[in-house]
Amino acid sequence: MEILVLAEHRRGEIREVTFEMLTKGRELAKKTNSRLSTIILGKNIKDKVEILARFADRVLMIDDDRFEFFNSDLYQHVLSNVIREMKPILTLIGHTSYGIDLAPSLAVSLNTPLITDCLDLDIQDGQLTAVRQMYGGKIYARFSAKKSESYIATIRQGVITPSEEALKGEIIELPPPSIIEPIKKKFIEYVLPEIGEVDITSADILVAIGRGIKDQSNIPLAEELAKTLGGVLACSRPIVDKGWLPPDRQVGSSGKTVKPKLYLALGISGAFQHIVGMKNSQLIIAVNKDPNAPIFNIAHYGVVEDLFKILPILTEKIKELKKKPS
Amino acid sequence: MEIIVCVKHVPETAEVELKIDKTGKDIEKGGLVFDINEWDDYAVEEAIRMKEKLGGNVTVITVGSEDADSTLRKCLAKGADKAIRITDKRINSSDPFIIARILSRAIKEISFDLILTGAQSSDDGYSFIGPALAELLGIPHVTLAKKIEFKDRSAIVNRELEGGVEEVVEVELPALITIQTGINEPRYVSIMGIRKAMKKEIKTLSIDDLGLNELDVGIQGSWIQISEIYIPSVERKAEFIKGTPEEAASKIIEIIKSRGMM
Ligand SMILES: Cc1cc2nc3c(=O)[nH]c(=O)nc-3n(C[C@H](O)[C@H](O)[C@H](O)COP(=O)(O)OP(=O)(O)OC[C@H]3O[C@@H](n4cnc5c(N)ncnc54)[C@H](O)[C@@H]3O)c2cc1C
Ligand SMILES: Nc1ncnc2c1ncn2[C@@H]1O[C@H](COP(=O)(O)O)[C@@H](O)[C@H]1O
Repeated sequence: MEILVLAEHRRGEIREVTFEMLTKGRELAKKTNSRLSTIILGKNIKDKVEILARFADRVLMIDDDRFEFFNSDLYQHVLSNVIREMKPILTLIGHTSYGIDLAPSLAVSLNTPLITDCLDLDIQDGQLTAVRQMYGGKIYARFSAKKSESYIATIRQGVITPSEEALKGEIIELPPPSIIEPIKKKFIEYVLPEIGEVDITSADILVAIGRGIKDQSNIPLAEELAKTLGGVLACSRPIVDKGWLPPDRQVGSSGKTVKPKLYLALGISGAFQHIVGMKNSQLIIAVNKDPNAPIFNIAHYGVVEDLFKILPILTEKIKELKKKPS
Repeated sequence: MEIIVCVKHVPETAEVELKIDKTGKDIEKGGLVFDINEWDDYAVEEAIRMKEKLGGNVTVITVGSEDADSTLRKCLAKGADKAIRITDKRINSSDPFIIARILSRAIKEISFDLILTGAQSSDDGYSFIGPALAELLGIPHVTLAKKIEFKDRSAIVNRELEGGVEEVVEVELPALITIQTGINEPRYVSIMGIRKAMKKEIKTLSIDDLGLNELDVGIQGSWIQISEIYIPSVERKAEFIKGTPEEAASKIIEIIKSRGMM
């Protein structure tokens, strides 16, 4: 049997999720007595192929100009042929911007069951089972897929701890696809984030606000606390979506990854895409009026309270303390 | 521009304590407030703005129970022209593949230039139905759109990658685009608008109307199914600070001070 991992890379770098998938793939390969293969499509990828060979039994590569940039149409064309021929019991793809674009249509074109955004997965008696989150992380669900020769799963990034390996996998160069039916989609360019005025990634103290702040007019309250603490104001995505704070203040998978000494989360529920950007903070204190908010699963300290009751008192008390000579 | 928007009626759960129902496979829905999926609200807004600029019609479509009419009416009030609801008891327990299949059958009968869906649903969060639907219809797709412009018979789309990076892609129409939050600022609806929308017709369809039968839907037709749901128990649960806001604030300061900050 075979387990296949799609290697993800962008702008010259293999993305971390690839090693996370290879780690899970290895575990399942051992369990099911399978061979672990990884496939990489790209242009000038020799260096990446060598790295990947340390982690898999085989690296399948296609080095071709057409794969310089990710394109789900092209990837689907190549992968559906490879999967049809190789019949891997399981194909792993990252639940990333790339994987989200690729996996569902690939699965439909192959008529192969897909489970998306898996935190964990297993193959039991040839059948795929998985754990995934629902309702913004408040509920977990066990899924099982119907019997099939082959499955596809997308894996959430940042959940599996990648392991070090030192294998010498076989490298197999596949012929580039000859003709591809007319491609209706093409890559034009990357747009990099603008460099803003503040760098939340270098701050020691972050006061982060979420949708619980309710209205733009309440933001100065949090701003003042941040200033009093000698920290910087950060936020969850909805605050940026509403245009209340600029994008450079956003923490999470589509924003910044931060690791401050203190992360004070006010009115943030703790959706995975937020957590992934701040879970390694040294001290996390969360204020949320919902005792079941997932943020309390990763916070060191939690206060179940209306943030508007805590915020002004906290600012006042700190101001007073600062006045006193120590 | 003929635009179809797929919308889902979902429970708002951010601030509520969820309970698991008797089946162990679903949450107790009684007492929850339902509204349009957040991502779909942005999709509807985007479609209406396109129509306002380029002319044409916006059709909203949902697979759901009669309760979903309130979401459809909201869309009509915002400016959508037509609404379709596919309702059938036999659809219960269907997976996202079946929902995509049902939507594809209904949409095949309509002529369109563009389909918009949300990037994900806030309850199930599969991020599956948009691109799967595109594949079933044989049209190209772009996911996670943060900006859409048109050039001749193509759409130029900025799609979101990780870490604040975007990529610009060009896609030929007809196409399906999934919408990411923050692409626009969804409008609010006036009471007047909702009142007017009460008169607009909502077309309803069953799976028979779509040429499907009970073997195609529900658990039989599904790729995946839920075996159980549970509330996570985690290792590093927060230590809860109790007391009045006053006491809690003092405790927070104590903790921060003990870590050498301030
Ligand atoms: C592809 C993709 C990328 C994403 N990237 C990011 C990202 O980078 N960063 C990010 O943050 N999100 C991201 N998201 C969005 C993410 O899924 C969540 O929707 C978002 O994090 C929720 O933000 P929130 O916690 O502020 O809001 P909500 O989930 O609405 O939570 C608000 C919280 O405030 C609490 N609250 C309300 N009122 C009060 C009060 N008075 N006092 C105390 N507490 C109160 C509520 O109990 C609730 O827990 C992404 C989503 C997708 C699909
Ligand atoms: N029952 C439904 N009816 C209509 N559209 C839906 C339904 N479920 C999901 N969708 C659409 O598919 C998108 C992605 O949902 P999901 O794949 O569940 O994350 C949503 O944002 C909607 O646009």
